[in-house]
Amino acid sequence: MSLTDRDKATVRSFWAKVAGNTEAVGTNALSRMLTVYPQTKTYFAHWKDLGPKSVNVRKHGKTVVDGIGEAVMKIDDLQKGLLTLSELHAFKLRVDPTNFKILNHCILVVLAITFPAEFTPEAHVAVDKFLAALALALSDKYR
Amino acid sequence: MVEWTDFERQTIAGIFAKIDYETTGATALARCLIVYPWTQRYFGNFGNLYNAGAIKINPLIAKHGTIIVHGLDRALKNLDNIKDAYTELSVLHSDKLHVDPDNFRLFSDCLTLTLAAQMGADFNADVQAAFQKFMLVVVSALKRQYH
Repeated sequence: MSLTDRDKATVRSFWAKVAGNTEAVGTNALSRMLTVYPQTKTYFAHWKDLGPKSVNVRKHGKTVVDGIGEAVMKIDDLQKGLLTLSELHAFKLRVDPTNFKILNHCILVVLAITFPAEFTPEAHVAVDKFLAALALALSDKYR
Repeated sequence: MVEWTDFERQTIAGIFAKIDYETTGATALARCLIVYPWTQRYFGNFGNLYNAGAIKINPLIAKHGTIIVHGLDRALKNLDNIKDAYTELSVLHSDKLHVDPDNFRLFSDCLTLTLAAQMGADFNADVQAAFQKFMLVVVSALKRQYH
């Protein structure tokens, strides 16, 4: 389900709204994921505090959402643009790719909550497609 | 049998007490048909689904969305035996409507997002977890009679 030019334009314009809010969106999505899908906590056994106020969760939430912002800028060639990140996730972090779908869902929930008017079905389908393409690019180097 | 905590029971009851069945159902179904266009295969007789604009104002879709969300009342009233409460509906979806059960998950996700947009910050992680667990159980019950 490849991204059309319209999808890319929609994602760019919608994500511009997220740009000022990356720590809030990231923290919410990550901490939500850790609560709603407890199996994801297995990747963070080295953090003492997994709550939404945790310094680690906030920093990492921002890192992840900033990373998505970078991917938006490379939307025309995600595989090439995310090569280094894919290698990181494949060889070092070894996050099971099912979890990308889980985090994507949590991101969508946070977007719906944060931007109820702007997160129209049209924006939703474009962002959903983009996040799926991102997950695919991120898992590209896994095997 | 599914174990529900008091928090989960109260949360689920609370959500349904506040839902506006007409808008929520209509919005969730329209979103599903727009975000996952292959789900339109089941709505051949529902008039104009040509584009997102048409889907959003289609009165037959709106009406059907309400029916679907009312269908969840059955689970709400039978929390301790959702499995049996959905036997007939499961047979209906399998043998008569021939709906691929993966669609239940897709609709469930759209309903979750619709509620998130409506409830805002009240749709916190614990509330989301409770609601998603509820939908998972309903979806599982709806899949049971497929053969």
